[in-house]
This record gives sequence, C-alpha cells and structure tokens, in this order.
Amino acid sequence: MVSSAISLSTVVLFLPLIGMFILLFLRSEGKDGHGNENIKWTAFGFSVATFIATLIMWATFNPAETGLQFVQKLDWIPSIGISFYLGVDGISILLIVLTGFIMPVAILSSFRAHVIHERGREKLYYAFMLLLEFAMLGVFMAQDLFMFYIFWEVTLVPMYFLIGIWGAERRIYAAVKFFLYTMAGSILMLLAILYVGIQAQTFSVPDIVAGIQSGALVFPFSGIFSTQSFLFLGFLIAFAIKVPIWPLHSWLPDAHVQAPTAGSVILAGVLLKLGTYGIVRFCLPLFPEATVAWAPFVATLAVIGIIYGAWVSYAQTDVKKLVAYSSVSHLGFVVLGIFALNNQGIQGAILQMVNHGISTGGLFLLVGMLYERRHTKDIAAYGGIWKVMPVFGGLSLVITMSSMGLPGLNGFVGEFVILMGTFGSEVLGFFFALFATLGVILAAVYMLYMYQKVFMGEVTHEENKHLEPLHWQETTVLVAMIVVILWIGLQPAPFFAAMDSTVNHVVQNLGPAITSVVMK
Amino acid sequence: MENYPQLVTLIIFIPLIGFILNLFFGKRLGERWSGLLGTTAAVLSFGVALLLWSYLINSGYEAAVVNPPFLDGWIRIGSANVEIPWQMRVDTLSVTMMLVVTGVGSLIHIYATGYMHGDERFSRFFTYLNLFLVFMLILVTGNNFVMMFVGWEGVGLCSFLLIGFWFDKKNGLGWKNSNAARKAMIANRVGDFGILMAIFLIFWTFGTVDYFRPGEIANVHLSEGGHGEVAEGHGEAVAAEGEHGEAAPAEGDHSEAAPVESDHSEAVTAEDDHGAVTGPVYVNNDHIETSQLGVFGQAERMVEEHHEVDFGPFSLPIETVLVLITLFMLLGAAGKSAQIPLFVWLPDAMAGPTPVSALIHAATMVTAGVYMMVRSNVFFYNAELTSLIVAIVGATTAIMAGFVALGQWDIKRVLAYSTVSQLGFMVAAVGVGAYGAAMFHLVTHAFFKALLFLGSGSVIHGVEHGHHSALERSGHGHGHGDSHDHVDDHGHGHDEHEEDHAFDPQDMRNMGGLARRMPLTYITYLIGTLALAGIWPFAGFWSKDEILADSWLAGIVDNKLGGFIAFALLLAAAGFTAFYMWRQLEIVFYGQPRTEAADHASESSPSMVIPLVVLAVLSLVGGFVMNVPSGAGAFSVFGVFNDVFGTHKFTDWLAHSVSHAHAAEFQPGIAIVSLVLALGAIFLARSIYGRGKSAGVETRDPFVDAVPSGGTLFGLANARLYWDETYFRLFENPFNKISQFLADTLDWRFWHDYFHETVIGKGFNGIASLLSNPIDLGIIDGIVNGVGNLARWIAGRLRLVQTGYVRTYAISLMLGVVLVIVILLLPMLQR
Repeated sequence: MVSSAISLSTVVLFLPLIGMFILLFLRSEGKDGHGNENIKWTAFGFSVATFIATLIMWATFNPAETGLQFVQKLDWIPSIGISFYLGVDGISILLIVLTGFIMPVAILSSFRAHVIHERGREKLYYAFMLLLEFAMLGVFMAQDLFMFYIFWEVTLVPMYFLIGIWGAERRIYAAVKFFLYTMAGSILMLLAILYVGIQAQTFSVPDIVAGIQSGALVFPFSGIFSTQSFLFLGFLIAFAIKVPIWPLHSWLPDAHVQAPTAGSVILAGVLLKLGTYGIVRFCLPLFPEATVAWAPFVATLAVIGIIYGAWVSYAQTDVKKLVAYSSVSHLGFVVLGIFALNNQGIQGAILQMVNHGISTGGLFLLVGMLYERRHTKDIAAYGGIWKVMPVFGGLSLVITMSSMGLPGLNGFVGEFVILMGTFGSEVLGFFFALFATLGVILAAVYMLYMYQKVFMGEVTHEENKHLEPLHWQETTVLVAMIVVILWIGLQPAPFFAAMDSTVNHVVQNLGPAITSVVMK
Repeated sequence: MENYPQLVTLIIFIPLIGFILNLFFGKRLGERWSGLLGTTAAVLSFGVALLLWSYLINSGYEAAVVNPPFLDGWIRIGSANVEIPWQMRVDTLSVTMMLVVTGVGSLIHIYATGYMHGDERFSRFFTYLNLFLVFMLILVTGNNFVMMFVGWEGVGLCSFLLIGFWFDKKNGLGWKNSNAARKAMIANRVGDFGILMAIFLIFWTFGTVDYFRPGEIANVHLSEGGHGEVAEGHGEAVAAEGEHGEAAPAEGDHSEAAPVESDHSEAVTAEDDHGAVTGPVYVNNDHIETSQLGVFGQAERMVEEHHEVDFGPFSLPIETVLVLITLFMLLGAAGKSAQIPLFVWLPDAMAGPTPVSALIHAATMVTAGVYMMVRSNVFFYNAELTSLIVAIVGATTAIMAGFVALGQWDIKRVLAYSTVSQLGFMVAAVGVGAYGAAMFHLVTHAFFKALLFLGSGSVIHGVEHGHHSALERSGHGHGHGDSHDHVDDHGHGHDEHEEDHAFDPQDMRNMGGLARRMPLTYITYLIGTLALAGIWPFAGFWSKDEILADSWLAGIVDNKLGGFIAFALLLAAAGFTAFYMWRQLEIVFYGQPRTEAADHASESSPSMVIPLVVLAVLSLVGGFVMNVPSGAGAFSVFGVFNDVFGTHKFTDWLAHSVSHAHAAEFQPGIAIVSLVLALGAIFLARSIYGRGKSAGVETRDPFVDAVPSGGTLFGLANARLYWDETYFRLFENPFNKISQFLADTLDWRFWHDYFHETVIGKGFNGIASLLSNPIDLGIIDGIVNGVGNLARWIAGRLRLVQTGYVRTYAISLMLGVVLVIVILLLPMLQR
C-alpha cells in the first residue's frame, strides 16, 4: 500500500502550508510604510490555487468508486501502526471542495476589514488563515485515526488566535472558551482512539473498518452501556461539541460574536462540519450497533436543537448572535439526517453541510459588511438598509432565502432530503420528521424577522442614510456565494452523484446492525 | 403538432428573461421600456398558453410530459431510488391555469404601466411581477409535487416582496407594510409545513412524487364504458412509450417530450366503429405496472386492492394514508388559499400596490391551493373524512369572511374579505367532490375579482387625483411652484400618505358619487359586482350556481353530510356577497360626493381603463360561453346558449386531466333561490345605504340603525371578529414570551452564565490548580516550562488584561492532554 508517487491529495493538503511559509518570509511593511499589499494577495493566491486543486480533484474523482481515491500512504510510526495516510471518498470530496471555496472567500472578505488595519499583524493573520486551511483539509483527508486527531487539534490553534487577536471586545474569553470546550471533548475522543488503535493494532481507518466488517475485530455490544457504546460516545461527544449538538452549544454564540468576520465565516462554513463529518466517517462504520442503539437519542437532541436554536435565535437583538443560534438549528438538521441512517438522510446531511457552509457563511459575510459600515451588530440600529444599499439588499435577500430553505435554492434540497430520509428511517420515523419539519416554519420566523428589521422599514437612523455602497470585492464574494446557492438549488444531482456510492456502502454496512438492534 | 408541448418551456423562460433583463437593466431602461419589457413578456407567455391550448384541442387532449432543456434532472439519489425531475405537464388542467395566469397577468401588467407611473421603483415592480409569473407557471406546469412546491414557495416570496413593495414609506407605514409582508410569508410557511409532510407521506407511500408518468393518462370516470378493447389494443405501444419517456433524459430529442401516444388513429377508428360516439374515447393504464404509475394512478389501484401501506414500524390502510395526506394538503391550501385558520394574512396583504392585490392576492396565487386540491382530486375523492373537513372549512370560511366584509370601510379590504369568501366557495366545492365546479369558479372569479380590484385601484387613483386638485384649488397644501409639475410628481399618489396621512384615499367614506365622475370605471365595476353577486347571466351566476347545485346533490343523492353543510352555509354566504358588494357600490359610486377629493375625482388613463373593459366583457360572458350546464331551461335562453356554446364544455375539457370532474345537472330550483336571495340582498343594501344614506367618516354606518342589533353585528364585522387579536393572544404573544425566556433566562443566564461560568469554569479551575501544582514541580518539568513559556508568549502577544486567566486554563489543559497521551502511549511503546 505504500506508494511513493505524490498524490493529488498531498498537493491539496500542502499548498496552503507552503503558502503560509512563503508568507512568513514576506516583509511586513510595504514600501509606502503601510502594510505590504503582497501579503494578502499571496494568501489569496494560495487559497485560490488550493481551490483550483480541489476542483481538479472533484473533476477527476470517480463517483462510482466506493473506496478511497487519491490515496497517499507513507509509514510514519510503523511499530504501532501509525501511518501518514491520506485518501478521499464520497463523504469527504464535497467538504474538501467546500473548504477550498470558503477560504478564498474568507480571505478576500478580510482585505477591507478595519480590525486588521487597526490591530496590525496582517502577516500573522493570513498565515493563520492558511494554517487553518491546511489543518481542515487534513481532517477531511486523514485516513489514520492518529493523524486525524492531530489535524483535529491543530485546527484549534489558528482559530484560537484569530478570535483572540482580531476579535471583538470579549475576544479572549471567547477564544479560551472555544479552545477549552473543544479540547475537553477531544480528550474523550483521544481515549477512544487509543483504545480502538490498540485493539486493532493499527490506526488505519480502512483497515479497522474492514476488520469490523469481516468480524476479525469486535467491539462488544450488549446495549446502550457497553464497550462499543462507550467508544461511540467518546467519539460522539467530541464531535457533538464541535457541531454543536444541543445542549453543548454554549461556546458557539461567544465564538461567533467575538470572532472577526472571516473567522465566523470559516467557523460556520467549515469548522462546524468537522464534527458532523466525523460522525459519518467514524461513528457509523466503527460502531454500527452503538450508532443504531443511540440514534433515537441523538436524533432527539438534534430535533430539540432545531426547534430550540430557532426559537432562541428569534429573540436575539445582536444580529451576529441571531445567525449563530440559527446554526444550532441548521446543524440539528444535519445531525438528524445522519442518524436517519439511510441514504436520503446521510446524503442530505452531507449536502446540507455544504449548504450551511455557503448560506450561513454568507450570512456572516453580510453581517460583517454591515458591521464595517456601522460598527454595531445591534439589530435596532438598522432598518431600511435595502433603500440605502439596493444591491446589497437584493443579494442579502437571496442568501437569507437560501438559509430559510426556499425551494430552488440550496438549503431546500438538503433539508428536504434529510426530512424525507428521517420520515422513512427505520430508526426514527414519522414523529421525528414531524417535529423537525416544524423547524421550517420557525426558520421563516427568525430569518424574516432579521431581514425585515435590518433591511426593510423606513430609514430612521441618521447614520444609515448614507452608507458606502458595496466594494467590488464584497460584491464578488457575495455573488460567488449566490452562484453556488443557485447551482445546488437547481442542479444538485452532481453533488449527490459524488457521494452516492460511498454513502450507500456505509448504509449497507449498517444494515445488519439495524436489523439486529431494531428487531431486538 | 407533435412538438408543440415543448413550448411549455418557453412559457416559463420568457418571463424569466423579462425578470433578468429588468433586474439588471430596468433602471437604465427607464419607465417606458421597462414596463414594455415586462408586459411583453407576459403577453408572449399568454400567446404560448394559447398555442398549448390549441395543441390540446387539435391533438384530442393528449397530455404531454416535457423535460425542459439545460436542466438535467433535479434531486436524484441513485441508491435510494429518489428521482425528482424538473418536468412539466401539459394537460387541460395545467393549460387552464396557464391561460388564467398569463391572460389575467397580461392585463394586469398593462394596467400596472399606468398605475405605477411615477413610482421610484417602477422597474423593480415589473421585475417582481415577471418573477411572480415564473414561479406561478412553475407551480401550475410542474409534473410533481416538489416542483409544484418550488412554485408554491416562490410565489410566496414574490408575494412577500410585493406586499412589502413600499417598505420604506414614512410615518410607520413602511413598518406596517413590511409587517404585512412578513405575516403573509409566515402564515404561508405554516401551510408549507403541511405540504412538506404531505410530500413525505406521498413519497414513502408511492415511491415517487410524480403526478403522472410519461405515457400514463389520467383515469377518467366520465364515460366508463366501451374502451376496454381500445386499451388492450395499444397496451404495448403505450407501455413502450412509457418506458422510453422514463429513460435518462440525456437521451436527446425524443425523450424530452413523451406525449401520451395512445394511438390516436386507433381511437378515431373506434369512433368509426361505434358510429356516433360522443366525446373522446379514453384509454386506461391497465397495461402499466403499479409501481411504474404516478401517484394518482397508484392510489386508485391501491384503493381497489385495499392495500396496506408499510411504514416500517407500522402499516396503515391506503384510505387512512390518503386521509393523512389530504389533511396535510388542506393545511397547505389553507395557507395559500387563505382559509380558516390561516387566512389572516390575506386582508393585510392589501398593503401591496393594487395591481398586486388583483394579480396575486385575488386572481392567481391564492387559487394555487384550489389548483393543488383539484390536481389531487383522486386523493380527495378517496378520502371521505378529509372531504367532509374540507367542505366545512371552505363553507365556514366563505360565510365568515362574507360577514366580515359587511363591516369594512376600506375599499380594498372589502374585496380582500370577499376573496377569502370566494376562495371558501372553491374549497367547499372540492370538499363536496365538485372539482370541475371549483375550477370553473376559480376561472370566473379570476375575471371578476381582478376586475374589481383593478377598478378599486382606479377609484383610489381617481380620488387621490381629486384630493390633489382639491388641495390646489383651495390653495393650501402645496400651493408653491408650478402646479402642473406638481401633479406630475405626486399625482400618481403613492407618496400620498407621506404628505397627508389624515386623508385616506382607500376609505370608502371619503367617496360617493363617483359614477358620474368615473363612468367607465363605474360601469365595469358594476359588471364585476353583478358577476360576483351571482346575477344571471354574469359569469359568477353560472359558477356559483354549479357549486351550490353540486353541494345540494352531494347531500341529497350521495348522502354526504358535507354537502348539506356546504349548501346551507354557501347559500347564506352568497346572500352576504350580494349585500356587501352592493353596499360598496352605493357608498363609492352613488349618492353625493362626501369629500372634496371625491368631488374632484377624474377618470383614469386608458392603460388602466382598457384592462377593465376587457375583464368586464369576460365577467359578463365568461360563464355561459365556457360552461353552460344542461337542462338550464330559461336560464340558457331555452337552450340557445347550449346550441351556440356547447354544453359543459369546460367540465368536459377538464375531465381529460381531472379524473373526478363531473358535470352536475342544472338545478332550476336552486338557481331561482340563489338568484332571489342575491336580488333581495341587493334590494336590502340599496334600502339601507341608498339615496345618500351612506356613511361619512364622522357618522355611524347606516347598518347600525337599520337592522335589529345592527350595532353589535356591525361592530363584530368591523372588528373582523377579533381574529388577529385572538391569534396574538393565543400564539404570537406566548411565542414571543417563550422565545424571550429561552434566549435570556434559560440559554444565557442559566446555561451560558451560571452553568458554564460558575459550575464548570470555577470547578475546573479549582481542580486544575490542585492537580497542576504537584505535577508542575515534579515529573515533567521541561514540558511544563515549555508550555508555560508558550502561554507567556501568548499572553505577551495578546497584551492580556487578565493575565492569569488564560495561563491557568491553557497550562492545565495542555498538561492534561500531554499527560494522557504519555500514560496511554507508554504501554503501547513497550509492547
């Protein structure tokens, strides 16, 4: 299995890291004494290059293949079965492309952020961005549990600094809370990883999964409190914090409200998906019986999260906090879809991860653009913005509608397929679908509330009467988002096609577990 | 002829292009070209609809399924057998809707070029109108429920945008308008919840959401006999065609349209054999396997077989499933078609510009719920419980809204409640199984309600004009500057409220005597009123009478409880209708002007009046030209109408796609009763409000004194039966309170602050300091120092205010992790 040729996955993974090192060698100050223009353009260039590489990856990806593609496997610590093992399959390909897409958007949206000019350290900022991209791509491509864990932890570091240095007033508090919270969950996962690794004598995920399927490797299962279940929970809690699944969401509003715009975009766009991705990648195939046994419980939390997040979101007066809580609701749909444990549910969930990255990332961009102009996130400070900035109002409407799940836009496709899967799920069924679908109504309630209070109504605040129109860079990022929103909304078939066979494989392997646990 | 159905793609793409052009270039095009662009798009779509109509007639009503170009399927999940395509259906039902939407739509576009003249967002208005057409046509052409849902929510969005069109008006009106917009969309979302649930049930019951598969035809129960032979004859041919149509759409030209080729030539032969066979010969779907049928075909088979639907943990008989599906659908229809309990948004929706009220909130969008139920007539027909509930909901809505309309003073609000009431008629018709009559009323209502709304717009316009010229003549207000310019700036009046919100040009009490001042508007309005009141021979008479007759028959012949309920309530509602419409006519057009504004009102521009005239003609003749019943005796001028226009033409036309569209026998008794009732109501209205007794702003409504306990009744109607207040108390207020509680108390103060800060934060700190001290000095000094240095470095970098905070956390945490790793790895390394 050890191959020496460099795979495309390695290229994608290391491009941002190379970019980061090059950044570090650039001079911090330009010739005119201000910041060096080359810094941000270099960062942007590398993120675009990475994006192109991910697109090439998607284009050359063979959707019929159930196993790993673009495999790169090198020995690392052979004595304990740890290897440098990269690979891409239908579960990760779209998320890799999403990461590739979100990063240039986030970087471009940082160019005009006044907080960077104010606090300085531009070079460090962009270096952290690229480091973050490296780590996130690593999480999505790592096929070795140990490696996965390292990348998982590395994502924390740049995000910690992005919030801590360039965040709002209570940034330190938020950064520490973000760090600690995630870390606390990770420790449990680490224990579980070590146990699994020791039992399997390898950390290679495909090998472990193969062992489980062949029956060579057994994690004893006898109910919701047995070895397998504890291992399952070890992973799940780490992921649940990251997602976050209700009630572990307490760090999210802090992190979002305090993070700089680009930080929020990445956090919502990609980082939260590490959790849901992890569930699909590890919990389902490694612990099938425990997954089935715990599915109704986790799905209940997800449905509570859908309704709770939406309801809490509606009462917010801080627009960024409103969007943050809406994430709790939206990711509830994703988790619900995963634990439907059927093709519709899981494929819908993966698509919805992408959708949420685009729509909520987009919403945070909008909030950021408003913030740059008015330096407040208080909803009451706005009103009538549509009249003052008509183009912005129109673009915002599309993104808001996407987040609300308007059919014809991306959000609908994901939610619809998830709910359909939930409805027909052998482990969930009618009532889960019923209550989750109520979330669709609530989404309209808080989203329209936000849109109306910010964009409609008469302009009452003097400061709002003359706002700077959109800069071309701002228009570009929003239009890029909207193109994807429309694309997925109208033609989601290629997205489903990319993941279909891999997910089907996962679902098929869950079959025996569903039969044995549900029948019992 | 064969490729004609392909044109259905154009009917959506033309307004789409209009939308895109107006969106990007509207402002630069200027008012004239922008309006022309939008209107042309609508008219061209209407032309396409006409072509499709002629195609259906010439092809013997062959329904066709069309895959649009450029789009390759839609939601497709191979492993799960989910296949939801972008696919359109051309059949008599969808073409009826297309004709109404684009026909009435075109007229309203023309009208709007006049009505919106001078508005600062003129081109935006046409952008939205064209977008509305796009979504409405997606709704009616879609061949599956999910595509219908795209249109369904899309028109909801357009409704939101257009109700909130003047979101920036001053004096709080902008907030009021945008509140109305939001309310509309949320109420609709409640309904959409029902649609979604219905769709999920449909998918898991039938494995598909397609109405009909390519190659399949709607089973028709009009003429059951004598077609078995024909069907067997071409079973194979049709099956082959069906398979072909389902093949991957990428195959090219042929599969893009798979018209139902039920071997037309053969059908003709059959006619020859039997000699004088009247009506078309129908082919059934017996040769197609159940799983290959669309949802309706499958439903019929399952009902025949008393199928049990397996939902995994439990299974239900198909009838029960259909009841569930249709109940969820009813919720959706109640949202979009403004029925109890979700109708509350529609009266508020009148905040939008009047052409919008006419197009979206009277003629087309709000009928989508009725369309959906008629489309699903197979489901409703087989769900008796739902049918009863539908009949009750529709009839109750009809009478409730009719009552509320009695007590309104706002000219548009009367019409809004009237619309709710008339939609109730249509829904009740569905409930009693009169699907054809429901559609018939939908079409005629589109004519006369659009006419009335446009007429009211013309009145408002005229009164605003009058208000301005009155102000100018009397010298106050805006006497400065060139008076001619002034009229140009403000004469078109949408900024009226901003300048002088004391005067409400929509309040009927400010009107009176407009008949002489706006003669064309008056005559057309009178025609609309008579049509709505159901006076012979206007359009409304025929359609309303058919609903009443069908309800009656459903009760008497089929012994359906819903039939009796619907008949009684609808008959009373019809009386209310005639009364409130004549009341309006009296207050607005007759008597003496009660204000200066009304006195100086003038007729509107030709672009506004011409659509009125066209719609008036349709409201006059639409009924008997389209659908004269059989046996109408004197009402059809002793069969002259039947001889000239044919009998039950519309119902027969619909029957090609609506399985249970049946034509009811004319009931002269009922016709006479309802006619007498309507005339009596008009007489009553005239005696109460006639001869200058209409109310002014300061005086009481004459109704209060004319009727026993009129004060209470009028008060209730005027307060709109306190629906909004009740909803606020029951739902809105508790919802907001809970939201506040969850957000502030539970989530923030308890969970975020107390639990996390106090319990976890402090607890962790305590344990960390306990643990870190001994280890700090002990085993792994170096690492600790390293971590400590790192923390110090971070602290320095961040210029921390609270230095100790981060360090404690970071050190203890890093330590913990390192420790765990080391402890766990040690045994492994030794192995």
